[in-house]
Amino acid sequence: MTQEIIIAGFGGQGVLSMGKIMAYSGVMQDMEVSWMPSYGPEMRGGTANVTVILSDERISSPILQIFDTAIILNQQSMDKFESKVKPGGTLIYDSNGITHFPTRKDINIFHIPAAKEAGRMGNIKTFNMIILGGFLKIFPIMKMENVIKGLKKSLPERHHKLVPMNQDAINRGMEIVETVQTL
Amino acid sequence: MGELRLMKGNEAIAEGFIRAGVDAYYGYPITPQSEVMEYLMAEKPEERTGMVVLQAESELAAINMVYGAACTGKKIVTSSSSPGISLMQESFSYIAGSEVPAVVLNVVRGGPGLGDIQPAQSDYFQSTKGGGHGDYRQIVLAPSSVQEMYDFVNLAFDLAFKYRIMVLILSDGAIGQMMEKVMLDEQKPRLTNQEIKDRFDSWALTGRTPGREHNIITSLDLDQENLERHNFHLQKKYKEIEENEVILEEVSLEDAEYVFMAYGTSARICHKALQIARKEGIKVGLLRPITLWPFPEKKVKELASKVKGFLSVEMSAGQMIEDIRLAVEGKTKVAHFGRYGGVIHSPEEVVAALKSKIIGG
Repeated sequence: MTQEIIIAGFGGQGVLSMGKIMAYSGVMQDMEVSWMPSYGPEMRGGTANVTVILSDERISSPILQIFDTAIILNQQSMDKFESKVKPGGTLIYDSNGITHFPTRKDINIFHIPAAKEAGRMGNIKTFNMIILGGFLKIFPIMKMENVIKGLKKSLPERHHKLVPMNQDAINRGMEIVETVQTL
Repeated sequence: MGELRLMKGNEAIAEGFIRAGVDAYYGYPITPQSEVMEYLMAEKPEERTGMVVLQAESELAAINMVYGAACTGKKIVTSSSSPGISLMQESFSYIAGSEVPAVVLNVVRGGPGLGDIQPAQSDYFQSTKGGGHGDYRQIVLAPSSVQEMYDFVNLAFDLAFKYRIMVLILSDGAIGQMMEKVMLDEQKPRLTNQEIKDRFDSWALTGRTPGREHNIITSLDLDQENLERHNFHLQKKYKEIEENEVILEEVSLEDAEYVFMAYGTSARICHKALQIARKEGIKVGLLRPITLWPFPEKKVKELASKVKGFLSVEMSAGQMIEDIRLAVEGKTKVAHFGRYGGVIHSPEEVVAALKSKIIGG
């Protein structure tokens, strides 16, 4: 199993930290992982993205142009990455702020209304964990216990009290993910 | 027992400095390697091992602190990125001339000039041919994973002290910035002053030792006959390193008709390109030099009489390709492919280049 994932959105949405939690969860599950962020001026311009690879085998290139799965969290990222999903791959998005919806017919598409749900739950910061929950529902490649371990490893000790709230958000994400189209 | 962590390359090497029992790090911040000093400062190594971490006022100051401190036989390191490394070249030559062991990390970014802060491999000439003056060499190690960033610290110091030479760890912005899992080993204790005296008293500035002539460390010798003898000695040492210290990795070379030759991040990309090409039935292998100097000349020579061509894949306009050509001696086709200036080629682009420049070219 190899999952080559791009997570793309605005800086501040927790794109990089979600990728890190995903990668650390993979480590806890004894997988090979890589986490390659965009860094530098493009980040400061507002968009942030990270390539996460989870695999049972040694990872070759940490830098990719096409992906098994794209997790898209703003319009700019939709414009940039919809075409970069492999045929038969998966696109996951939150419609918040999206004006042009995905149009490809040769990929699986899922929608997670995470921003709306995070607002409803009263903590917008759980947004990225709702997305992670949705991803894990679609791809149950990591056990929840390992995700929680990964979460703990990613957070400084003083923030461990936030783990239950994040776990709730992951569970909520699993419940609210909507299928738009499957092949 | 080891400890498994998810770390950036820059963090892993910084942790590696501490655990290798390094005595001092002197540096000056520059993207994309600023996490090295940032991590060291946050870890407070002076409390963990007594290691000194000091932000110098410039790269010039940092490398000259390294030169001075390394004269005492202690384990000394600095890190920077391309423009900062250029500033240090004069001292690299002095360190080579006076035969001081030291380790330097270059997390390469796009050039020339200030360039940008994205990953590149355009410092190969400077690293392997010498950016400073004089007939000198330095060992160049090219890690291609976060684990190797960590592991090569010990390797670099072993080589640096074995040959009293500077070892450059040539990384790039991608390996510095990405996170992978790293197995950390046990903390090595720093050597005591007595241990340093016991091991390096023949050359190092360890204080006065009764009965021994005083040690002088200098790169200056105004007697040309003496200086030529010193150069003979250096060349003999370099020859010995070329004979004994080549490290490389081979992937699927047994039945290869074509060879990707690449190091660092580019080697990772070529590994993927190799998998794509093999699925299409193209018999391509990967030769990854881990030491860029000494260059794996013998291995290239051996392959040159067997394969139909080499594609040198570098994030540069083509630098390592010159060493490949020298070793191949016209026996087979050699071409370059690579994006540069901070742009990174994709595995698909590499496969397309293999087809157009080597197979069909």
